[in-house]
Amino acid sequence: MEALLYQIFSGLANGIIYGSVALALVMIYQATHHINFAQGEMATFSTFIAWWLIQSGWPYWGAFFFTVAVSFAGGLLVQRIILRPIEKAPVMTNVIVFIGLLLIFNAFSGWFFDHTIKSFDSPFPKDSALTTKYFSAHQFGSAGVLLLVLLALFAFFKFTPIGLAMRAAAQNPDSARLVGIRVSWMLGLGWGLAAAIGAIAGMMVAPIVFLDPNMMAGILLYGFAAALLGGIDNPLGAVIGGFIVGVLENLLGAYVIGTELKLTVALVLIVATLTLKPAGLFGKKVVVRV
Amino acid sequence: MSKSIDRKWVWIGSALLVVALLVLPFLVKNYRVFQFNLVLVYAVAILGLNILTGFNGQFSLGHGAFYAFGAYTAAILMSLYHVPYWATLPVAFVFCFAFGFLVGFPALRLAGHFLALATFALALAVPQLLKYKKIEGLTGGVQGIVLSKPEPPFSFSLFDQPLSPDRWLYFFTLFVTALMFLFAWNLLRGRVGRALVAIRDHPIAATAMGINLPVFKSLTFGTSAGFTGLAGALGAIVVAFVSPDSFTVQLSIFLLVGVVVGGLASIPGAIFGGIFIQFVPNIADEISKSAPAAIYGVLLIGLMYLLPTGVMGGLQRLWMKLRARPAG
Amino acid sequence: MSKLLEVNKLCASYGATQVLYDVDFSLEAGHITAILGANGAGKTTTLRALCQVVKTSGSVVLDGTQVVGKSTESVVRMGVAHVPDGRGTFTGLSVEENLRLGAYVRGNKAEMMEDMERMFTRFPILKQRRHQQAGTLSGGEQQMLAISRALMLRPKLLLLDEPSFGLAPLIVAEIFRIMRTINKEDRVSMLLVEQNASLALDLADHAYLLETGRVALSGPSDTIKNDESVRRAYLGY
Repeated sequence: MEALLYQIFSGLANGIIYGSVALALVMIYQATHHINFAQGEMATFSTFIAWWLIQSGWPYWGAFFFTVAVSFAGGLLVQRIILRPIEKAPVMTNVIVFIGLLLIFNAFSGWFFDHTIKSFDSPFPKDSALTTKYFSAHQFGSAGVLLLVLLALFAFFKFTPIGLAMRAAAQNPDSARLVGIRVSWMLGLGWGLAAAIGAIAGMMVAPIVFLDPNMMAGILLYGFAAALLGGIDNPLGAVIGGFIVGVLENLLGAYVIGTELKLTVALVLIVATLTLKPAGLFGKKVVVRV
Repeated sequence: MSKSIDRKWVWIGSALLVVALLVLPFLVKNYRVFQFNLVLVYAVAILGLNILTGFNGQFSLGHGAFYAFGAYTAAILMSLYHVPYWATLPVAFVFCFAFGFLVGFPALRLAGHFLALATFALALAVPQLLKYKKIEGLTGGVQGIVLSKPEPPFSFSLFDQPLSPDRWLYFFTLFVTALMFLFAWNLLRGRVGRALVAIRDHPIAATAMGINLPVFKSLTFGTSAGFTGLAGALGAIVVAFVSPDSFTVQLSIFLLVGVVVGGLASIPGAIFGGIFIQFVPNIADEISKSAPAAIYGVLLIGLMYLLPTGVMGGLQRLWMKLRARPAG
Repeated sequence: MSKLLEVNKLCASYGATQVLYDVDFSLEAGHITAILGANGAGKTTTLRALCQVVKTSGSVVLDGTQVVGKSTESVVRMGVAHVPDGRGTFTGLSVEENLRLGAYVRGNKAEMMEDMERMFTRFPILKQRRHQQAGTLSGGEQQMLAISRALMLRPKLLLLDEPSFGLAPLIVAEIFRIMRTINKEDRVSMLLVEQNASLALDLADHAYLLETGRVALSGPSDTIKNDESVRRAYLGY
């Protein structure tokens, strides 16, 4: 029983990370109706920036917030400069450009910070007051951080005019223009937010899996699965999806398949969700007339 | 008058090309020949992906999976069951066709980036799947399977260079590649090709005209997978080695790069694509380990902006501009 | 009475295809003006041109300010609300969220809530369906929602593109009755594009007739209504 509980709690802790990557994906999807394949690599690059700042002597939280701000700006710029010209291009063009961005960010990480594996310290030290029976201090701390982020975002989208404007711009850019929304800037904002969330997720993951250019590849896949499971247009769903994926990963790994086929589990989840329940568990089914 | 001159030049040019191709392996070192073999292998793989993505508009970021499947099929047949190398190719094609056809069914429900996502997930999952301990007996696990290159069936020498296994494989690969390209060309230029493009550009209209969309799209997936799978088998023979880490998501991405560079929906473009993804990493690696990825990334984005029809499209437009110039 | 809108030599094209050729018309403040014509005459394009959604040249002056060359968002901020053909509702958002978006550029929350209540009074069915997803509303309800959303801007000029399209006659009559009320009570100037000429002429003060991108006829709607030869030749009844 103890072992089962441990698996579940550990799964929840991992799930928070998957949920936050899923959140970033949902952010961009809500704003642009595109899936950002480069999300993982951007997050890794952001994490490297934070690492470098800390190595240069910055205090952790200073580096943290600076990285978040830089990532926000970076995401905004990527949208304004690289993606805006192809806003109206077919889906295929956009996907190819996303893959291009994936390659570039991955290359930058390796180029500027080399390929050796680095350690990244957690701001929540092992023996602090936060350690509990089932959660390490870091798991507890990152959960808190990410939950705060989620709440802030949820409130932003639901209650603020800009959040509403972003949702409107995503769904119907033409009508959004007709109510005076600067659609292009909304998209940029979406990217900025997603990049910022990705950076936070990366900084929460790095203490666990160690930092190298390919850190986020597998996690990105889990993020995809979580986002789809929760409903690709639902931020709350993304986080819940993350929890589900995290727990499933651990339970299946411990009791059914063994720990070696985790990525296949993610794959099966993705395909199953896309074919059986494309709107996910909590996504809204938008009525579309042909 | 100009038409017959055109014709004559085309024939002469083609003949020269064929002679050059046949003599080429004896003019260069063995290692170069090996690289040429890979160019051809990739060209066939890219052609396969192009059938699906370029002509039919179904996005696949996971063709590395079919390549891997074909490669392992050939490797297992050769190492465990002692099947002669040339016989593994049709088997790989059929297996991968079936695999692709099955994948095609869930793919029917997905479009655009969701299909890209699902296939991306497939590509990411493959190396882990290949390392799975329970099927190690078959796949060789992390170590993979080592093969030996086939010996040429007769001895031959030209310009003092013997017919080595690599050179023999060159002719074999050239032959198979020519066959596959011919097959593709035949398949795509007729009703099938038009139906594929119709499905890509106007799916609803295509259905209204009686094209059975689900069957067609799944068959296209299967055929595409068959091509790339056969390329994988060929690749296994040429490299004489398969291992899970040879088939990471990077392979799938590079195949896509090949399609984009050569030109979506261009058959000859696949050759450019093959040359590109074989040689660019070799050159770029010398600058930095990350350089190939960066170059590909910049290129993908740049091409989408400037030359969305790829090298072939660009060349075609150039050719048309030249021909449009009045004579004299 | 000053002219709210003055349009001179307006040309518009979709890509390489020109659709409007030197169109001239004007609108008095507080009036309802109709643009009539057959399918493909360029009526919808005219409204789109006013919002700078299509490529235009010429002069469009709203309340003394030149519009041509501005972005759509800027034109909206000048006080032009456009109800496009097909309603343009945000089908994935709730009725209330649609209305909030109508007042997006205004920024005054108290006034917005006030206006929303007025919309609900005018169209009680919207109040009933306040939290429902807009895509689930019927055609007539969506049209009411679209008009309400446009009015949330407190616009100087309301552009309506084929408000009767696809709706049952009873609903259309209701909507047109409400539009007359809005014009009289709130003094909202309207520019109305309609294929249903008789309906439009009953509502409007003035009308222009477009034929393949050019103004073929103009005049007070009463005059046009009563001129039988014009009606037969151009309006089909």
